[in-house]
Amino acid sequence: MLSHDVLVVGAGLAGMRAAVEIAPKADVAVLSKVHPLRSHSGAAQGGINAALGSNDSWEAHMFDTVKGSDYLGDQDAIEIMCQEGPQDIYQMEHLGVPFNRTSQGTLAQRPFGGSGFPRTCFVADITGHAMLHTMYEYLKRRGVRVYEEWLVLSLAVEEGVCCGVVALDIASGQIHPMRAKAVILATGGAGRIYWGYSTNGHASTGDGMALAYRAGLPLMDMEFVQFHPTTLKANGILLSEGARGEGGYLRNAAGERFMAHYASERMELAPRDVVARAEQQEIDDGRGVDGCVLLDTRHLGEKVIQERLPQVRQLAVDFAQVDPVKNMVPVRPGQHYTMGGIKTDAWGATSLPGLYAAGECACVSVQGANRLGGNSLLETIVFGRRTGQAAASLAAANGLPPFPQGIVAKAETDVRTLMARESGERIASLRYEMGQTMMDKVGIFRTRERLSQGWEAIRALRERYSKIGLQDKSRTFNTELVAALELGHMLDVAEVIALSALQREESRGSHFRRDFPERDDVNWLKHTLAFSSDEGPHMEYGDVVVTRFKPEVRKY
Amino acid sequence: MQVVFKVQRYQPERDGQPYFQSFPLELPERATVLDGLHQIKDERDGSLSFRRSCRSAICGSCAMYINGAYHLACNTGVETLKAQEIVVSPLPHLRVIKDLIVDMQPFFEKFERALPYLMTTTPPPERERLQSPEQRRAFEEMINCIQCAACYSACPMVWTDPQYLGPAALTKVYRFVSDSRDEVGRQRLALVDNDHGVWRCHTIFNCHIACPKNINPTWSIQQLKRKTIARRLRFWERG
Ligand SMILES: Cc1cc2nc3c(=O)[nH]c(=O)nc-3n(C[C@H](O)[C@H](O)[C@H](O)COP(=O)(O)OP(=O)(O)OC[C@H]3O[C@@H](n4cnc5c(N)ncnc54)[C@H](O)[C@@H]3O)c2cc1C
Ligand code: FES
Repeated sequence: MLSHDVLVVGAGLAGMRAAVEIAPKADVAVLSKVHPLRSHSGAAQGGINAALGSNDSWEAHMFDTVKGSDYLGDQDAIEIMCQEGPQDIYQMEHLGVPFNRTSQGTLAQRPFGGSGFPRTCFVADITGHAMLHTMYEYLKRRGVRVYEEWLVLSLAVEEGVCCGVVALDIASGQIHPMRAKAVILATGGAGRIYWGYSTNGHASTGDGMALAYRAGLPLMDMEFVQFHPTTLKANGILLSEGARGEGGYLRNAAGERFMAHYASERMELAPRDVVARAEQQEIDDGRGVDGCVLLDTRHLGEKVIQERLPQVRQLAVDFAQVDPVKNMVPVRPGQHYTMGGIKTDAWGATSLPGLYAAGECACVSVQGANRLGGNSLLETIVFGRRTGQAAASLAAANGLPPFPQGIVAKAETDVRTLMARESGERIASLRYEMGQTMMDKVGIFRTRERLSQGWEAIRALRERYSKIGLQDKSRTFNTELVAALELGHMLDVAEVIALSALQREESRGSHFRRDFPERDDVNWLKHTLAFSSDEGPHMEYGDVVVTRFKPEVRKY
Repeated sequence: MQVVFKVQRYQPERDGQPYFQSFPLELPERATVLDGLHQIKDERDGSLSFRRSCRSAICGSCAMYINGAYHLACNTGVETLKAQEIVVSPLPHLRVIKDLIVDMQPFFEKFERALPYLMTTTPPPERERLQSPEQRRAFEEMINCIQCAACYSACPMVWTDPQYLGPAALTKVYRFVSDSRDEVGRQRLALVDNDHGVWRCHTIFNCHIACPKNINPTWSIQQLKRKTIARRLRFWERG
């Protein structure tokens, strides 16, 4: 049986950061359903935050993050991230990340939404791409074994300890048990649940969240879904917040900079939840253009755009046929980030011994009810590193735990049954309806009525999912099988999102209830914890860690 | 818009040889080739197999050979091809695993041979290593590479010399040779100063034409050639 000290599931920035930390100390392997370089971290554009400037401070970064999170983020974890972040960024620089520079040769930083200081380091507008490639290169240098294009199907748990995974080698179609002393989930976000309305690539299907949830672990704060203000209508592709960070405006049909009515001080650089709601309000009130508002960067000039936003320009040209040097680009809010996730402590440990989580699939929680742009890449490297440290220590102290009997046979039967079903509904139609339902009913503006309809609709889709049929009967590289398994994960997580949102009767950060428009700290300054049960998600609630900053009115 | 997608198919368990299959499609105005492939997979034949991830031209999954040229399927507008028939095949000269999916292993083996990581001999400072914007500009173009293997597939020297590092890996070498922070330039030049390195390049420029990110590997390779010669001369002068 394949076995390693530590198995890292996911080769985005969080997973690879964890693996390179472990490599000198223990035998570590990484599994990823796409080649590491195809991971979604590579799509991150705008940058990564840290207080590096001589008149900036980690306390200021911490305050902005706490306030941005609408006071739901756990302040002990936020403190760690903001305090340790600068060193982690310097380390990325030492590994070779080609950050943009100031004329003095130090790391350049640009302003980003919700931050009181320009503290976003960047590589043009391909920051994630440059970091992901550097991290992969370093992973290779460290000689870490990578199981490329392997899909994890389930976690192996025996006697209350996580002892490995069951995985499908996509190319051969073979199913393998894999033993380990520790498993780290770093499977990224779940944006594709909002199919067609998400900035996320096709691999962001919430697999790790679903695997942990099915294994009995709680998913925390899943109702907090970030909508990004500047996405393209055709397919949800993102235009970086860097466009506004560099000075771009948002205008309505009348040409007015409408943010003046919603966040007169920070304007376009208010946090994303505020800007996304403002846009949607403008569109709903008939001041939009064909379901969009307009991103105006014309005044920045070709030189700045070419030097600092080349990808934004190319994406607008390729996918909206508009050159932002000369014209305004129609944009609208689209699903972007999953603030919630698998509940962990500040070392990435979950409540299941042997199981860890880091990155977007985890919830430590530093993003709370609304993430600030540039804080997610930071979360991946800070908590990726810490989780790697913790898992390596666990592996050093323990032997291989026992592995459950029959788990591979069960996975094999499940896959065979799914593939054997001759006729049935197509996964594509279910996926489409799921995305439509989530955007319409569990979107930017929420009400009890819509949320209950959304929850019912997702439950109905789960029923229909049990009758899907696949046309691809080959075991070699069966991408239809992969898509079907991913859809199963997404539907589980979608149900948790809808029900968590239905039960939270207040408005906080990205979760806006028209029927409960105020934040309610008395009853709701707490984390949602969704557990799986036979009747669907079962909710419990946990305390928020408040240390330095007491909740205040959040105004921008 | 009405077009016919003619797609190369191959399922190893079933087909002795690859063959083409045609799908008449009705696509929205601004559809990309990837949208077309998805439409086939979603509505017509779920077994059509291809790689994709970001669908925004940054992850390098979807390089293909489309109407006689190298493209990323995800950022190629069907309309821009100005054709009634869209012929899609996998990257030529790489082993086909299934339909449009090729074996990328040889490509990534060469990537690893290129020592694709920053190497230094001095210990890192407490903060960042300094680098001026001008110094950074020297390798700015190369960091856009998404390792999609279009250039590799297009290079006739790769077809004839299986040992040849190829345009992507050599571009990677030059990316580090020209990074002011890297301190093992001589080792890197020695690595490529041979028949399976820079001297295999006959400046055919296919790689540049193929690159969907508009990078020019031939130029990088010529820079490397110059530097390897300078290195040899320095050795020779010193006796
Ligand atoms: C378009 C876009 C732009 C962004 N820009 C920024 C930005 O400028 N700044 C910022 O801070 N944040 C940004 N973000 C957010 C940030 O990029 C992500 O939150 C972060 O990169 C997630 O990293 P990760 O390592 O957690 O997951 P990912 O990079 O998504 O990696 C997930 C990994 O898990 C693997 N995986 C998943 N499921 C399985 C399975 N079942 N079996 C095996 N492997 C599996 C995948 O193959 C992949 O390797 C952006 C996000 C998007 C979508
Ligand atoms: S899907 Fe990522 S480059 Fe085309």
